[in-house]
Order: sequence, then structure tokens, then C-alpha cells
Amino acid sequence: MSVNNTAPQKPARVRQKGGRLLRILSLVRKETRQIIRDPSSILIAFVLPMLLMFLFGYGVSLDLNNINLGVVVEAQSAEARNLVHSFQSSRYFKVRMARDRRDLEPLLVGGRLSAVLVIPADFAERLHRRDKNPLQVLVRGTDANTGEIVLNYIEGTWRNWLFQEGINRGEARNLGIITVEPRIWFNEEVESRAALLPGSIAVIMTLIGTMLTSLVVAREWERGTMEALLATPVTRGDLMIGKFIPYFFLGMSAMGLVTAVSTLVMDIPLRGSLWLLAVVSAIYLCFALGLGLLISSVTRNQFVATQAALIVGFLPSFILSGLVFELNSMPWPIRYLTYLFPPRYFVSSLRTLFLAGDVWQVIVPNTCVMAAFAAFFLTMTARKTRTGLE
Amino acid sequence: MLNRVVRLIIKEFLAVWRDPHSRIVLVLPPLIQLLVFSFAATHEVRNVALGIYNEDHGRAARELVARFHAIPGTFSRVEHLNSLNTVQSAIDAQDVLAVVHIGPTFSRDLEAGHSTPVQVLLDGRKANAALVVQGYINRIVQDFAAERSADKGRFRTTRRRIVSSAIVPRMWFNPNLSPIWSSVPALLGILINLVALLITALSVARERELGTFEQLLVSPLRPAEILIGKAVPAVMLGFGEGALMIAMLILVFRLPFTWSGVVLLFVAMLLFLVAIVGVGLFISSLAKTQQQGFLGAFTYLVPAVLLSGFATPVENISGWLRWVAYLNPLRYMISISRSIFLEGPDTTVVMNMMWPLAPIGLVTLTAAAWLFRKRME
Repeated sequence: MSVNNTAPQKPARVRQKGGRLLRILSLVRKETRQIIRDPSSILIAFVLPMLLMFLFGYGVSLDLNNINLGVVVEAQSAEARNLVHSFQSSRYFKVRMARDRRDLEPLLVGGRLSAVLVIPADFAERLHRRDKNPLQVLVRGTDANTGEIVLNYIEGTWRNWLFQEGINRGEARNLGIITVEPRIWFNEEVESRAALLPGSIAVIMTLIGTMLTSLVVAREWERGTMEALLATPVTRGDLMIGKFIPYFFLGMSAMGLVTAVSTLVMDIPLRGSLWLLAVVSAIYLCFALGLGLLISSVTRNQFVATQAALIVGFLPSFILSGLVFELNSMPWPIRYLTYLFPPRYFVSSLRTLFLAGDVWQVIVPNTCVMAAFAAFFLTMTARKTRTGLE
Repeated sequence: MLNRVVRLIIKEFLAVWRDPHSRIVLVLPPLIQLLVFSFAATHEVRNVALGIYNEDHGRAARELVARFHAIPGTFSRVEHLNSLNTVQSAIDAQDVLAVVHIGPTFSRDLEAGHSTPVQVLLDGRKANAALVVQGYINRIVQDFAAERSADKGRFRTTRRRIVSSAIVPRMWFNPNLSPIWSSVPALLGILINLVALLITALSVARERELGTFEQLLVSPLRPAEILIGKAVPAVMLGFGEGALMIAMLILVFRLPFTWSGVVLLFVAMLLFLVAIVGVGLFISSLAKTQQQGFLGAFTYLVPAVLLSGFATPVENISGWLRWVAYLNPLRYMISISRSIFLEGPDTTVVMNMMWPLAPIGLVTLTAAAWLFRKRME
């Protein structure tokens, strides 16, 4: 009976407490429906990640095959024939022969040849004379990065040939030779896709967290539905949480999808633990969402929001993260700039988690930095939201 | 009719230009991106931290180690490690990218004329850098071996010789193989692609979203005229943006240029922009909202950049994707721009790269017009 007596008071309080939860829940439901109904969010959350995986997995790579190499043999000799053969039998080169360098040099313009190797008439003599540079190599530098790779491959083949020659001559027997035994840890076949695919999770999470979120929230501002929502008992905090939760799950499920595809289809190992991967990704996603929400509430315009998301979110995750370009080789101002963008820490953690395992010396500092960024942006968003109440 | 179209063009132009935010967003970010990303886009491997684990106290080993210290640009830091455990943790923690391991019998074996190994451990998490560094180390070790055998040879027989395995190449078109010289002309293509695509992808979608599309439909404008009205301002803005960036390329980055090259580049840019605007209008006709327009454009843009030859060589795109890459306007624009700036404007070469843009543009514009009309009914 006494229970009945107190009943009229209790429900009121419960309603108040449960009311906030219910409001958030219904906001989440509304947002989720919006995601599911709009084909473009599915496009960005699932189609584009698959496309990226596919391109990184099968399409683009930094390993060159079939380099168009011109070889000029000015005079035949046993050594020259031998050297040409080692280039011809390499799977890296597609050799085009000529007698005169003037036949091949024009083909460097426009890139029909990537490099020209000139074996001079006195090649054999130069070899015997211990000439420093018995060969001449012209590399097309128009695409410096490709030029660099091509040069490395040519040098590698040349080195192997010299080495082989040395053995054939019997130098090894008398003097001892040094063999270099490379052992590549974590990625035994040195496939660039093993480095690219795990790192691409950073790009995908940035896409969903920053790009998609900023766009969606900016749209509400632009259309005025945000004001309409604010006229209801919903607080701005509720609104932000209501946005945060569905996109968080969308991001995490895209991450799950990418992880599944990389490990099951693309044969990338996951040597670290799955839970740690989930935790690290969740922290990064908090940063990405914080950034996205902040951008949208500052700009309140879809066009400007997308541009901002592109510049501070997407492009850095691609270019300043170490995913495709070498961080250490960038000029120092840019190198320091990369420390201000969390993708750098995330890409490094992802690669470690997938290829090396739970290496705490790498994961812990990286995750701490990402957590700091996440806290900063979420606080900024909260503050922006509160001050906007006026 | 011309009058109508011109007015529409002016209106479209103002729609993008009037808003101060979007005005800033159109001009400033591409220029900043050009500055930042051109310096960042490098596959060069420099400033690598190297570990050396030397178990041998012999002279040969010391000499070999000294060689690694002598190369400042490549190796920023050479760390001496003294146990397998520290080697393991140094690589794990990414303190060093590679470790050269010299075994305890190295010098002795070498003196005795035996063959002896040097082990190189590399961090495969950075696949590209690891391969390049392996090449560097290989070269250092082989040169060391070759010079040693040459020195020895002087004592024993006089006919030993050494040939350096380092090739001294001549770099055509880009003497220092500067990555910036190649990335800047490529970024020119990417950034005008971005601008033109976004303006057009959002244009029809914005009218649909705001409901002004119906007003356009009841106006005397024909669908083709509406499309022209949407296409021309985007091409003009892209063109202006491109001109600004070309000026930066010449004045700030000091790329070599000739006036005939600049003229050729403008022609190519025009064709390129027409093709891109076709793609943008196609996406925009498909989209119901700006969000869809933007995300659609983005889904186009990401593979277009990846298959353009900007970050990875376009030559080693494998299989049928290679054929997809042939349909990508950006690929042509990047080759043209690089070729004109670095190789000098060779009209036949540029024409060979330029003509595919014309059929591609024709197809994208036709497709956009077809879809636009279809979606109006």
C-alpha cells in the first residue's frame, strides 16, 4: 500500500530522467533512418571503402613491373651481351634495343621510355680498366618518384650482375665476399598493399567521421531544421549526442568491414588483437567526429563545411599521414605540420596492429596523442554548442 | 536565346560567388593545398634512422660501420645496438627502420678469404621505404667489399679491379629529381578537377534541394540552355583558378616555362574542364540533394586521383584497371602538365596526350544532357 502512496511522485521523476534518454534515443533513431534512407551515406560508408580497398589491393602500388627501358649497345662484346641478357630476363623491365642512342632518347619525352641505358663501345675495356662508371644511364625525371624507383631497379640489376661477374671470375675464392642477407620483418614479401590497406582505415574513418558528419549537420543548419529541433525540449547537447552515436556506429561498422575484407580476402595478417584495434579506432573516430561536428557548427553551410572537411580532414589523412608519402623525407616545416594531424598517429598504429602485433611502445603513445586530440575537439564542440544557445 | 543563356550564366556565377564564405573557400584552400601538398608528395627516402648491431671488433667490421656514418642525408641517425633484444625492440618501436647486423666472425672470415654474410633487418610496415633502404645498404656493403678486394689485390696480384655499383645517372627534364617539380604540375590538375567538379556537382542539386529548380523549369529556358548556364561558370571558375595556379607555379615554384607551353596548357585545361564539368553535371542530375551531389562527386574523385599517376606510377596499374585509367581525364591532364613544364612543349607529344580529352568530354557532356532531360520528365 505504501508503495501506492508514493507512486504519484516517483513516476514524475522517472519521466524526467528517462525523458532525456528517450529523447536521445529517438534522435538516434531519426538519424539512423536518415542514414539508411539516403543512398549517399551508404555510398560513402560502404561503397567508397570497398572501392578504396580494391584500388589499394589490386590497382595501384609502388612496385613497378614492365618498366620501359631502352638499351643502347654501341658495340657488341661478351660482357655487353651478358649484361643485356640480365636486364631482358628481369621481370621488372621491358627492354627495347637500339644501336644508336639518338634512336631512343626522343622516346623519353612523353614517357614512352622511362630510362635509357647506354652500354658504350668500350664497355669491356672500361670494366677492365676499373673505370668508375662504365655505364651511362638516362632517367626520365618528369615523375620524380617513378624516376627514383626506376633508378633503384636499374642499380639493383647492375649490382647483381657485377656481383655475379665477380663470382665467375673467382674473386670470391681468393678474397672473400660479403653477401647481404635482407630479412624484412612483418611484411615478408614487401608488398606495398600490406602497408596501404591497413592504413586506408584511417582515410575511411575520416570520411565517415568528419566528412559525412559535417555535411549532415551543416545541412540541418542550412535548412533550418536545426532551429526547429531546438524549439523542442531537446537540448543542444542531446542533439550532438544524437548525431554522434549513429555515425560512431557507422564508422565502426565500416572499420569492421574493411578489417574483414583485408584479412579474409586480401590476405593481410592481423597480428595484433582485435579488441585493441577496435579501441584505437574508436578513439580516432571520436576525434574525427569531434572535428566533423565542430566544422559543421562553425560553418553552418554545406558547401563551406565540405570544403573545410576536405582540407583539414580528408586530405591530411591521405597526404600528411605517411600512408602514401614518406613523412621523414618531407621538408621540416611540413614534417612538423604532420604532428598536428592525428591521422599520422593512427596510420602508424594501424600498420603496427595489423603487421607487427600489439607493440605497446608504439600503440600507447600514439593512442594517448589521439585521445588528447579527441578530447580537445569534443570539448570545443560542446563549448561551441553551449555558447550558441544565446 | 543567347541573351537568356548569358543571364543564366551570370546568375549561376553569382550564386557561387556572392557568398563570401564560398568565395574564400573557392580561392584560398586550393592555393594553400598547392603549397603544402606539393612539398609533402614525396616517395624519396631520406632521414632514415639506422641501427647497427656489430658483434665483431675486427678492423673490417669497424671500417664497414664507418661507411654508414659517412652518409648524412640518407641516414639521419645511426644507433648502435648491442643485443638481439635491443634490435628487436628498436624495430618494433619504430626507433629505427633498418638494422645492419655484423656477425662475430665477420672480419676473421673476410681475412681468411671466406664468404661472409651481413644481415639486414628491415621494418616491412613501411614497405616502400624498406625496399629503398635495402638498396642503399646493399650498395654500401658491395662497394666496401669491392674496394677491399681491390686493395688486397694490390698486394697479391696487380690485376684486381673494382667497378662501383653506384650508377651516376643523368636525370632528364628534372636534373635533381626534385619531387616538388613533379608534384606541383600534378596538383594543378587535381585542384582544378576538385573545384570544377564540386561547383557543378552541387549546382543542379542545390536548385533541387531549395526548390528553385521548378522555377527554372517554368522559365522559357530549354534544358540544353540550362545545362550551358550551369557548365560555363564552372569552366570559367576552374579556368581562373588554373590561371592563378599556373602563375604560382611559375613565380613561386620557379618551374621552367615557355609562353607557347602556357598557351598549350590553357588549351588542354579547357578541354579537361569541359570533360570534368560533364562528369559533375551528370552527378548533379542524379542527385536529389547537395549532400548526394557532394558525396557522389567525392566517390568519383577518390579513384580518379588514385588512378591518375599522382601518387603512384600510372604504368603499374594492373589488369583491367589500366583500361579504366585510360578513361580518366585527370590522368591526361597530369601528364600534359608535367610534360609541358618539365620536358618543354613538344606539340606532337602534347597533342597525343590531349586528344583523348575531346571524346571523353563529348561523352560526359552528352551523358549529362541525356540524364538531365530524363530526370526532368
